[in-house]
Amino acid sequence: MNDTIDVVVNGERRAVTRGATLLELLAALALDPRAVVVEHNRTIVRRPRLGEVTVAPGDAIELVHFVGGG
Amino acid sequence: MTTAVETVRDTPFVVGGRTFQSRLMVGTGKYRDMDTMVRAIEASGAEIVTVAVRRVDLDRTKQEGVLYHLDPKKLFLLANTAGCQTAEDAVRYARLAREAGFNDFIKLEVIGDQETLLPDVQGLLVAARTLVGEGFKVLAYTNEDLVTALRLEDAGCAAVMPLASPIGSGLGLLNPYGVRTIKRRLTVPVVVDAGVGTASDACVTMEQGVDGILMNTALAAARDPVAMARAMRLAVEAGRTAYLAGRMPRREIAVPSSPLEGMLD
Repeated sequence: MNDTIDVVVNGERRAVTRGATLLELLAALALDPRAVVVEHNRTIVRRPRLGEVTVAPGDAIELVHFVGGG
Repeated sequence: MTTAVETVRDTPFVVGGRTFQSRLMVGTGKYRDMDTMVRAIEASGAEIVTVAVRRVDLDRTKQEGVLYHLDPKKLFLLANTAGCQTAEDAVRYARLAREAGFNDFIKLEVIGDQETLLPDVQGLLVAARTLVGEGFKVLAYTNEDLVTALRLEDAGCAAVMPLASPIGSGLGLLNPYGVRTIKRRLTVPVVVDAGVGTASDACVTMEQGVDGILMNTALAAARDPVAMARAMRLAVEAGRTAYLAGRMPRREIAVPSSPLEGMLD
């Protein structure tokens, strides 16, 4: 059985470990959870809950931060 | 015999319950490098700086978030909804910004036309009402239309931000009357956002009596952004002081400055 699932992160399909939490997804992407905001299927997931929410196949995850702007 | 000279005394700039000394706000986009941006912000004297919400670049780890270069303890970060074309998108970005950020202020933009980047005022009003309802302090980027500005104030916006001219155009203050009228009629702060190109534009804008100016490209696209930032700081102060001082009336005919009496025969 395949131990990875496909999710869409920032518009790109990515394979992640089955049953991974959002916190583990960030770790796999080498992202500091303090430096990003996570939106999971259009719902913002706050930092303390990142380790509780697991991803499912086809989930849409957006990882955003502040960039220069006017 | 002497006449007392009143020194013009200004009040601080208060928006959304926060008090600032500087009436110049600056953006953080389009700088050639981060060091130039940091030095330009410092030279501008701005306390409020705007930032945008975007996807983290997953592949190019080089692209750092702007927070690596800005100290949120020293600068007040004002997130924007730049690029959003619907009220729904703008609300989504604002919520993400609040989660990422350090305050509940949002510079609300809903863009209605890609060529001019002029605001979609209907979407703007819808988004403003939603965000005010969620406790945001909304600073709404709008055009220089009085009725829209009044509606935004009614919706509970913390500030209304009419444009001087289109974003990034550097065309200066195209409609001084419109901006002046908005300032005269509104109670909430009026901050001119977008279109200022050089120091004289900033000065003329402040002379209309508005509470402040927000600019980005005028600094970032100047040949020397740090020097332009200093010029803008001086121009905003000059324009503000001139407004408070009260200009002389315009006349269509000359009035001599020297006495007519005592001329030789």
